[in-house]
Order: sequence, then C-alpha cells, then structure tokens
Amino acid sequence: MEMLVASAVGVLTAGGVYLMLRLRAFPVILGLALLSYAVNVFLFSSGRLAVGLPPVLNKYAETAYSDPLPQALVLTAIVISFGMTAVLVMIALGSFLESAEDEVNIDPNRPEVDEDEDAPQATGAP
Amino acid sequence: MESGAVLPVMALVPFIGALLPALMIRAGRNACALTTGAVTLLAFVMLMTMAPAVFRGEVLQAELSWLPALGLSASFFLDGLGFLFAGMILGVGLLIILYARFYLSGDDPMGQFYTYLLLFQGAMLGIVISDNILLLLVFWELTSLSSFLLIGYWKHLPEGRQGARMALAVTGAGGLAMIAGMLILGDIAGSYNLTDILQQGEAIRASEWYFPALILILLGAFTKSAQFPFHFWLPHAMAAPTPVSAYLHSATMVKAGVFLLARMWPVLAGTPEWFYIVATTGLITMVLGAFIALFKDDLKALLAFSTVSHLGLLTLLLGLGTKFGVVAAIFHIINHLTFKAALFMSAGIVDHETHTRDIKRLGGLRKLMPVTAVIACLAALSMAGIPLFNGFLSKEMMLEAAARTEWYENPLIVPVLATVGALLSVAYSFRFIVHTFFGPVRDDYPAKPHDPSFGMWAAPAFLVFLVILIGVFPKVVAPLVAVASDAAFGGGKAPYYSLKIWHGFTPALYMSVAAVVGGLVLLALHRPLDWLWNAIPRPEAKAIFEWLLDRIVRACRRVAELTHDGAISRYLAIFAASTVALGALAWSGGGMPMATRDLLPVTPVAIMGWVLLVTATLYLLTIHHNRFRALVVISIVGLMVSGGFVYLSAPDLALTQISVETVTILLLLLALHFLPKDTPRESTMPVRLRDGAIAVASGGTVAALAYAFMLRDVSVISDFHLANSYKGGGGTNVVNVILVDFRGYDTYGEIIVLGIAGLTIYAVMDALLNGAASRRLRNFEFAPDRSKDRHPLMMVVATRFLLPITAMVGVYMFLRGHNQPGGGFVAGLIVSIGLLMQYMASGFAWAQQRQKIGYHSMIGLGVVIAGLTGAGAWLAGRPFLTSDFGYVNLPPIEEFELATAALFDLGVFLAVLGAVMLTLYSLSRIARYAGSTVNPEAMDYDPSRRRARTPKEAL
Repeated sequence: MEMLVASAVGVLTAGGVYLMLRLRAFPVILGLALLSYAVNVFLFSSGRLAVGLPPVLNKYAETAYSDPLPQALVLTAIVISFGMTAVLVMIALGSFLESAEDEVNIDPNRPEVDEDEDAPQATGAP
Repeated sequence: MESGAVLPVMALVPFIGALLPALMIRAGRNACALTTGAVTLLAFVMLMTMAPAVFRGEVLQAELSWLPALGLSASFFLDGLGFLFAGMILGVGLLIILYARFYLSGDDPMGQFYTYLLLFQGAMLGIVISDNILLLLVFWELTSLSSFLLIGYWKHLPEGRQGARMALAVTGAGGLAMIAGMLILGDIAGSYNLTDILQQGEAIRASEWYFPALILILLGAFTKSAQFPFHFWLPHAMAAPTPVSAYLHSATMVKAGVFLLARMWPVLAGTPEWFYIVATTGLITMVLGAFIALFKDDLKALLAFSTVSHLGLLTLLLGLGTKFGVVAAIFHIINHLTFKAALFMSAGIVDHETHTRDIKRLGGLRKLMPVTAVIACLAALSMAGIPLFNGFLSKEMMLEAAARTEWYENPLIVPVLATVGALLSVAYSFRFIVHTFFGPVRDDYPAKPHDPSFGMWAAPAFLVFLVILIGVFPKVVAPLVAVASDAAFGGGKAPYYSLKIWHGFTPALYMSVAAVVGGLVLLALHRPLDWLWNAIPRPEAKAIFEWLLDRIVRACRRVAELTHDGAISRYLAIFAASTVALGALAWSGGGMPMATRDLLPVTPVAIMGWVLLVTATLYLLTIHHNRFRALVVISIVGLMVSGGFVYLSAPDLALTQISVETVTILLLLLALHFLPKDTPRESTMPVRLRDGAIAVASGGTVAALAYAFMLRDVSVISDFHLANSYKGGGGTNVVNVILVDFRGYDTYGEIIVLGIAGLTIYAVMDALLNGAASRRLRNFEFAPDRSKDRHPLMMVVATRFLLPITAMVGVYMFLRGHNQPGGGFVAGLIVSIGLLMQYMASGFAWAQQRQKIGYHSMIGLGVVIAGLTGAGAWLAGRPFLTSDFGYVNLPPIEEFELATAALFDLGVFLAVLGAVMLTLYSLSRIARYAGSTVNPEAMDYDPSRRRARTPKEAL
C-alpha cells in the first residue's frame, strides 16, 4: 500500500514539475495543481497510512485512530491551494487579456511594451 | 541603580506626538508649531524630573522584557552622558521648533516638517537612552531614515534629493557596519545590555575580536559624524532647510557618532589601535575641514565644513584616550552646540532676508540687520575661540591636551596640527563676520535686508546668551560637565581640570595667541589665496561618490540581467533541479535509520485507484495541448485523490478535496472561456528531454522520500489531540476540533489569507476592466460554433431544485462538523457550489440580481465573527481563541451541544463562501464585458413567455 501511495506522489510530482516548466500559462497552472495534489498527499502520508481505522472518536470503546493532525493541516492546505490557483488563473487571464500573449517567459528580444499606450485616450476622455 | 520607569514613556512621546502636527496643521501654523513644541516640552519636563537623581550620580534604568531568553528586551538607562545629550536634543529641539515656525514659508507643508522633526527627535532620544545595543541600533537606523526625510524636505530641489540620498547612503552603510560591530561586541561580552558591556572593558580589549569590532563600530561612528574620508555628505546635506541643518548638523545627528565614541570609550579606548585610528582621523578631519571652510562662499557650506572640523576636534579629544581629553570633549560638545546652532540660525536669517547665502554678494549687513549682526558676530567669535566666549575655554583645553600628546614618539606633530586647525578656525570665523556684516553697504542684494521678527531671532539670541554666560562664568556648567564626563569614562577618579578663563602662561595660551594672529593674517591674504584655491584642481568628493555609485549600480544591473532574464521556466528549472540536488546531498550524508513499520496489504480497489490516477496523469502529459481535454483528465486525478482519502480513513479530507476540485475545475473552465483553447507545441526536443529529466528526478526523489518516511516511526503529538479532543474541545471529530480549537489561530490566519486572495482577484479584475483589457474584451471573438442555447431550460430548472438541497446539505455538514466529518470549510464550499450553479445555469445578471449580501462583506463578516469569538475568550479571562462548550436539552430535540467553536466555524464558513464566490463572481463579471449579450431572463428560450408572445407574433 505504501508503495502505491509513494509512487502516486512521485508520478504526480513528476507530472507537475514537467507541466510547470512549459512555456504557456495554462499548462503551468495545471502543473501547479498536480503539484498541490502531490504535496497534499505527501503531507497526509506523513501521518502514516491507515486503512479502515475510525477517524472519529468513539465514546464507548478504546480503539486506534487515524492520525488527525496531518489531516487538519492538509485540509487547510487544500483550501489555501484553491486560493492560490485562483489568483494564478486571474493573473494569467489578466496578462493574456492585456497583451494577447499567454507566454510565461519574457522574450528578451521583444521591445518593451510602451507604458503610455493608454495615455492619449485617457486624457481624451472627459 | 534607580528605577527610571518614565524613560520608555519619554522615548515614546516624540513618536506618538509625531502624529499630531500632521493633524494640527488643519488648525493653522501656530497651532501646529505649538503642538509640536508641547510634545517636545513634555519629554523635556520628563527628563528634568530625573535630573536630581542624575546629578546625584545615579543611573536610572527601566526594562520592558520581550524575549528575555534571547536577550531581547527594550531596556533604557539614563546616566550623565545620556542626560546631557537628551537635554541637548530636546532643548535645542524646542528652539528649532520656534525658529522653524517663522522660517518656513507658507508654501512649505509645515505639518510634514514637524512630523519628520519629531520622528527624528524620538530616534535621537532613543539612541542616547537605550541600554540594549540592539535597540540602540534600531534607533540609529531610524535617525538615518528620518534625517533622509528632513534633508530631502524640499522635494522639488534636485540638490535636496541628491543630498538626502547621499546622506542616507553614507550613514546607512556605516550603520550596517556598526550592526556587525555591535553584534561582535555583544557576543564577546555575553550580553546585549550596555550597562553590562561597559563593565567588561578589559575582557573586550583582550579579545581577538576586538580589532574587527573596533573597526566596524568606528565606521558607523565616523560616517555619522562626517569624519574624513566620509566627511563629504555633510556639506551636501546643507540643501536642507536651515532649521534642519541647525538641528541635525550642529546639535544632534552628527553628534551621534561622537556620542557613540564617548559611550564606548570605557570599553574600546586606551589601546594604541584606538589612539592611532581615532585621534589621527580626528586630527586630519579637523585641519582639512577648517581649511576647506575658509574657501567656501556659501554661508551654510562654510558652517558645514566648520562643523566637520569641530567634529574632528571632538574625535581627536576622545581619541587621545585620556580622561582629560574626555572632559574637554564633553565641554566642547556643549559649547559647539550653543554657538554653531546660533550661527546656522543666523545664516538662515540672512538667507531668509537677503535671498542669498553667497558671501561674495553680501557685506555691510551690520547696518541693515543690526540684531542679526550682533548675534552672528558673538557666536562667530566664540567659534574663533576668542576669550570671554565659551569656544575659547574648550579650545584651550583641546590645545593643552594636544600639547601633551606624542604621535609616534614625535611630540610636535599633534600640537602643531592642532594649532593650525585653530588658526584656520579663526580665519574662517572672522571671514564669516567681516565679509558678511562689515564692509560697505551694497545696493545689489537680491532682496532688501532687514531684521526679522522677534520670533525668528529669539532662539539664536538665547543661544548666544548661553555662549556668553558660559564664556564668562564657566562654573555654571561645571556640574553638568562633571556628571557627563564621569559617565563617559565609566567612573574612577576624575582628572584634575578647572573650568576658568585664566590658566596662567601655559603652552596652550601661546598656541592660542599664535592661532588668532595667524588667522587674522590669513584672512588678510584671503583674496590671493582664494584665487590660488580656485586655480588648483582638486578631487571633488561628490563626483567620486557618484562615480562609485554608478559603478556599483552598473555591476548590480549586470548581475541582475544575467541571472534574471525574464524566463520563469528557466528559474523554475534551476529551482527544481537544485532542490533535488540538495536533497540528494542531504541523503548522501547517511544517518537514515532502518525501516520500523510493516507494509499494509494492497487491495484490488487500491490498485484500481492507483492505475486510474497514474494513467490519468500520464495521459494528461501527452494531451495537455488540448486544454479542454486536459481539464477533464485532471479532474479524474482530483477524483482519485479524493477517493484515496476516503480509503485511507480521512473523510474530512475527501469531502474538502472533492468540493475544492469542483470549484477549481469550474474556475478553470470560466478562465478558459477567454484563453486560447490550445497550447502550441513550442519546446524543442532537447528542452523537453531536459524538463523530463528534471521531472523524473523530482518525482523519483519525492516518491523515495515519501516511501522512506511512511515506513519509519517518529514521535508525534497527535496523541495529545486525540486524548483532549472530547475532554477539552467538546468534539469527537478530532480534525475539526484541531481546526477550530487546538490550532484555531492557524485557521484564523488561513481564512484571512483566503479572504485576501479573493479580494486580490477582485482588484485585479477591476483593474483589468478599467484598462486596455476591457477594449480587447469588447472586441472579443468567440468561436462561431458557440451554442445558441447557453442557458438551457433543463439545467435552469434542475439547479433551482438543487439550490435548497445543496444549502441543506451545507447546513448539515456545518452542524455536524464538530462531531462527524464536515465543518465550516466543507460547508462553505458546498454552499458556494450550489450558488455557482445558479450563475452557470441562469446567467450572471439574473443570479446577481438575487444576490443580496455582497461577497466582500461576507468575507469581512466571517473574519470578524471568527475574531470576535476568539476575543470572547478574553472576557472569561482565557487566552485568545480558547473555546468553551456545553450541552443543552430542549424537550422535542435530542440533547445537543453548543460550543463557541461552532461560532468560530461559522466565521470560517462565511469567509470561505465569500472568498470562493468573490473569485468566481469576478471571473464571470468579465463575461459582461466580452461583447456577449447579457441575458436579462434566466432562460434563453422560456416556454412560458413563448406561449404568451405567440398570439402577438401571429398578428
């Protein structure tokens, strides 16, 4: 079982890193999503695997439980990684809408975008 | 050791008071100045209440501990030396506030000026009364920063900005060196408290780290006090308004370096290193500064170089390493303060009234501005060291000390150079007097000069009164000099000295006479000398400084351009590869214990999940160019991860993962609507192979790490949570109790982060829609084969049915969260999915119309509820976020539990709901700009409307 979880984490990490190194924003976001899966499962696995153990306390019997602490940490990590993905998506979308390019790298040979592109229009407005 | 409980309050008064002038300026300039004055006066009165104890020779102390285990505490102490400087800072501060009220013109933002001034005052005060040297360093840097603001106060003048930047660069760099020096010192002494360090002089001088510490601390002191070769910033800082120059550059900031030399004197002085570095620097600075001052035509530049020269004199006296030198230095600090501040203010008056500070354009002002002339001349005579003025007394002491000093076994060098310095000082002082105020009245002043109002000359007049008082009756300051110098050399027997005018025919007297005569001769020869000075080329400090700065900037830019070329893929590749390399390095060190746990058995279900996950991931890599398909495939991965959590006894995680999964995919779908639908194949084969290698290496190492970790036992703290969850937190779902109780602070921080993410997205979207992007959006071309029925009837109806059900599931999840899997996070996500479906099915406008509570306020409300719940624990006298619970029995319902943690969870719920909805709301708002028609009705084809319309259409 451990072997399966570890290899799944490895595959997710490898896929995430590979996509993260692509040149367009969208695959980079997908790659980061894969990486967050990998990290979350990795963190979760640090509490050791438990199959069929009760996660909720039993008032009437003494039993073993699954480790709650990594679960609590991963739970917030999942929610936070959603926030991070959302911000990234918004930035990627913004940069695409602003420049009609969704490349993540700045091409050193491309002339810099003129900052004052909007200036005449802005002054023209009432 | 006395208690000085008022010390921290006194240190805080200027900082808190700094808020007032900016507000009071609305009530007028007088109110603003009076408030500032009242703040300073308050601190001054506090200081004076401690005067009797200080004059009794006591040391007042106060300590506010912060991290005592690390030696970090805000500790203050006040002894004679600190008292002298604090008195100077606050006393002169009062005079400057008065003077500035009349000096600043109506166009200058006075509130800003006084705020900066008080900030600076607080920082200076902090330096002289800090006990902890780390605290001292903080205040030290604060003086650099606040003086930057003051020097650059006239932002419209390029000289002001350049001068401020130069002052900040030089003193800031020195400050950095000093931090290192002080840390070494604290390390040797084993304490960061000055009172302890001052006791350990011998141990410190014997340490092998003494020399580096000395050099570093001296760098800090010399840059601050404008000692050669760092003297050049001071004249350029003269671009500041004159009150600033009078305050910073005569009385306070530049004296901070001298203060530090005096403060550290018992610890660092007395070694040959100290003597040769400090005394020599002082001597060179004294002569060089005086020499340059003689040829400066700008009144303030002349005074600036004269200040450099006098600071050199003070450094020389402290550098001698004799107690007599310390006494002379302390006495001269007082004297220099009185006459130099008066001179700066007089120069400011001349500038203010004639609109020029150029000596060559002045002269004859004696008749036009008699009051100013008297004040300035008396102060300048003191600067020249003429008897009956206080400058004479301390200059005599300096010459006497110099006469007894041998430099490298040569008894002549120091006395001769000291006399030369005094001689030059006489020359430039008389030049200041003669060329400004004497001579014929001219008719080409830029403005018609006349004496200013009383308010403007009151402050310098008071200082000149002190000049004469001390000059004629030196005994009035004798107790202050005694108590301050006692503190400076750290107790022990005081040397023999006597503050009086006539000491008999001593070598110092002959040197003094030679200086005065020589100085007057030099002044008579000024015209040819000035011609010579201008004819000979000489290195210009400012040019060298700027050249150096330019080189540094260029070198930095080259490094930055080389490493930071805008290719984020390259940074990420380097980052991933080096992380793997570091991990491998750590692993190769060995020391990994043997595996202690057995493998769990593998079941067919698990294998099926694994196969699905791995296949989906690999498939994703091959088809990621087709973005829609990639989204479908990645949702399989997410589903498998959720399934894995269920299988591995983590239902809470599974619930959260699957709801987050849904929301994330919806988000990506919305974004993809506006993004290109395909990723072009751009990477070349070698790049893909390189990335593949990095990816495989990362994945392999992470898998190995996870595997190794899972098979080994380590001590965990979870047993505590399991044992106390029900007893202490009142819940059987330990994960939820950890979230809302044990680690409630983390959760509180997390919902705030999530809220910030939501607001960031909203802000980015708002900026986009107001910028170039909105034009692009309006002309957006959608795919021609887009569906005409974007809000189908079936979906609208289904989602309407689903909304109450989803809401109920959400409430259920929320309520049971404390004892069963669920909780605020999950509930928030589920409810937001329900709402989101309305947006998708019925369209943005329709759904938005029915949305009564703003998502911003929902985030805010959530954070506030969570925060107030936490703060409620204070009412019960418990720490923040301590939860309480009890059981309630209402007849028709079963016994149920009420816990404050549930209220906290409600805050979590609201914040999560608000953040998620704000994010998706922001994205979908873009659609309204995207040229597509917004549907006012829920359905594109509404059968009910269609039937109603048909008869009309038939007509």
